[in-house]
Amino acid sequence: MSGENEQDEPNGSGYRRGLDGPAPEERPTPDGRRNEQGIRIDPEVEAKQAPRRTVISTLVEHEPGVLSDVSGLFSRRQFNIESLTVGPTTDDDRARITLVVEEPDPGIDQIKKQLRKLIPVISVRELESDAMRRELALVKIDADRPAEVAAVTDMYDGKTVDSCPETATIEITGSRQKIDAAIETFEQFGIREIDRTGTTALARGTQSTAAPASTTESTAEAASHPQNQYAPADDD
Amino acid sequence: MSERATSIPPEEQHDDQDAESHADGDDTTAGAPSADAPVTGDGTQPEPVTTGAESVVRALENAGVEHAFGVQGGAIMPVYDALYDSEITHVTMAHEQGASHAADAYGIVSGEPGVCLATSGPGATNLVTGIADADMDSDPMLALTGQVPTDFVGNDAFQETDTTGVMTPVTKDNTFAADPDRVGTDVSEAFALAREGRPGPTLVDLPKDVTNAETDREPDEPATPDTYEVTEEADPTIVASAAERIGNATRPIMLLGGGVIKGEASEACRKFAIKHEIPVVTTMPGIGSFPEDHELSMEMAGMHGTGYANMAITHCDTMIAVGTRFDDRLTGGIETFAPDAEIIHIDIDPAEISKNIHADYPLVGDADTVVSQLARAVETSPQATKWRAQCQQWKSDYSMAYDVPEDEPIQPEFVVEALDEATSDRAVVTTGVGQHQMWACQYWTYTEPRTWVSSHGLGTMGYGLPAAIGARLAADDDQEVVCIDGDGSFLMTLQGLSVAVRENLDITVAVLNNEYIGMVRQWQDAFFEGRHSASDYGWMPEFDKLAEAFGANGFRIDEYDEVADTIEAALAEDGPSVIDVHIDPQANVYPMVPSGGDNGQFALAEDQL
Repeated sequence: MSGENEQDEPNGSGYRRGLDGPAPEERPTPDGRRNEQGIRIDPEVEAKQAPRRTVISTLVEHEPGVLSDVSGLFSRRQFNIESLTVGPTTDDDRARITLVVEEPDPGIDQIKKQLRKLIPVISVRELESDAMRRELALVKIDADRPAEVAAVTDMYDGKTVDSCPETATIEITGSRQKIDAAIETFEQFGIREIDRTGTTALARGTQSTAAPASTTESTAEAASHPQNQYAPADDD
Repeated sequence: MSERATSIPPEEQHDDQDAESHADGDDTTAGAPSADAPVTGDGTQPEPVTTGAESVVRALENAGVEHAFGVQGGAIMPVYDALYDSEITHVTMAHEQGASHAADAYGIVSGEPGVCLATSGPGATNLVTGIADADMDSDPMLALTGQVPTDFVGNDAFQETDTTGVMTPVTKDNTFAADPDRVGTDVSEAFALAREGRPGPTLVDLPKDVTNAETDREPDEPATPDTYEVTEEADPTIVASAAERIGNATRPIMLLGGGVIKGEASEACRKFAIKHEIPVVTTMPGIGSFPEDHELSMEMAGMHGTGYANMAITHCDTMIAVGTRFDDRLTGGIETFAPDAEIIHIDIDPAEISKNIHADYPLVGDADTVVSQLARAVETSPQATKWRAQCQQWKSDYSMAYDVPEDEPIQPEFVVEALDEATSDRAVVTTGVGQHQMWACQYWTYTEPRTWVSSHGLGTMGYGLPAAIGARLAADDDQEVVCIDGDGSFLMTLQGLSVAVRENLDITVAVLNNEYIGMVRQWQDAFFEGRHSASDYGWMPEFDKLAEAFGANGFRIDEYDEVADTIEAALAEDGPSVIDVHIDPQANVYPMVPSGGDNGQFALAEDQL
């Protein structure tokens, strides 16, 4: 590399700063490409993966700062989060955080791995599409037509939790889709305020929602690209 | 003894007496201290702790900490008071940022977490840059910050900052120490976490009332919390299929990242590459993992990597990537990164697998362990004679040889090579960030791990001098410590010279002075029509005189024929020396892959950008 013997380049002003070698256009170029997710594109399987919505349940140490650890992770890595709920569990030292996220498969994989890296996180599990999912909403509406309000409330198995001559507040519980539909229907009366809890969820049957997925399992996932497609089934 | 025993809870008395009897007479077992009764270097048992602060310092001593870097201040005073009686050598820095970089460099060179301390508020926020730097580069570091007393937290008290809140995005983990009985163990745990698995910075925030509080609880031995799991060995099935792929490769390369050095896998990687005759490319943090004077070395790849490394990466069919996170400065545009290659990715952090580049063979585990697993599994070497010849051809086609026109100012490459020539193979190089850093990568021939100390991921100008201070204390006496700096970088943290002089640290700083923020000036010339907005200093202080004002040795180089002698004279000084080297202000770094560009299309000069 030493350049001591290479003083044959003359002059001041005409000195071309740089290195010698074949120019870019003279170089061979490979045929392959990768897509923006870093996957080599096989012309037959070429496809950008579409985002899917899924529920991730995490068990965490019940300590200060853990919620900001989790929410901070989502904001700084630009993961798309739809809802986040947090609450106590049967163990006083642990809390459960339930997240609804929407990302393509590699993004969901990253979310799970990054969550597992947080020290206060005990376990992370993506719930199957048949998991039980529930959300609660309070909808405060104008009560000009009380009979009609009562009828719609009945239709959605809702409950009137407060009423006065001007307003009625209805509680609706169910899947996200059911609540969306109820709110749409209530719109005809004039909605004043809404509060929704976000999705809570548990795995079905005897399976434990908290079962920690081991690191090897996550590696296998990365290797095999599971297509466990989420079917947005209505739980009701 | 009776006085001490009264302060120890009854259930712990037994162990204490047990250890006491070892220390007293039974020489055959005295070498095995129990966890409850640590023994100091001279074999005597240390005084039991009486305060939270003493428990913090005891935790550091138990972890084997020998040096710490920091700056005093109100909320951290109890810890410093406890440190006063400790055998830990504390280096008082001129600025907390310097403390964090010194601790970071100490961690890189020694492999053990570097420790830095600062007070609350501005002390803690001044650490942020160095902690973020350590986080990006996965360097082991433990930061201890003072905090206002617990009752004042949340009241916007004097010098209060939500330190754990500020640090969360830039630490591996952090803890607000709320309990005097637990504070020592918090520190032990943070130390272990900084070191284990993928290393990184951890922080313990220490409220003044907690460190001042009375406690007799000795800290637990350093151990990671139960929720922290590290996979050491990779899945044998994937190892077997990866080994088969390597056997069938015709254009293999190894890509060695910083994880190779941190995971002490350099030896295993060298053996593997040499046995199977696989060309080796490194990332910037991976510099030193493979000897650059070896025939198989293609040196560094990426934005300013060698042309031959980038050709090898672009055309390989199998890449064995160890301990790298496929940073964008390495990959360039994702679409054109090693587009023909099946990728075997070894990393201890599962989250790095397929984060940026899809791994065809994901191998999660400790680098040394997994490379050894792979070594046992590979039965046949790749048939790659033609490929190796091609790589050698590229090495000659895209040689890094540069011109030294006599009527131009000094070319920086010449200075880097002269420094390399004048020092031993084990010399430690630190740098700031910018053009000088790239020349230091390209023109110094690294042959040993832990001799390259730089700010890779965060790209922190000003890193070089404080890093040299940390590196000096971690390196062996026979290792020279050279800081190759830029004028802009040096100006950012040169108050550290006061520390180097006070502690009489033998370091040599070579400032490649072009009176520009040179890398920005280079980009402005290439991409902003030569509009030198805020990059042209036009004037710089005389760094040799500035050094002398600090009490360091000052030198200046303007001509080629001064280079060798001046470097020799500066290295010969025992204390800190600064050489102000006036280089060609128009010198540029090549090869260059523009941001997001195709690695194979690197430019060799500005007209190719």
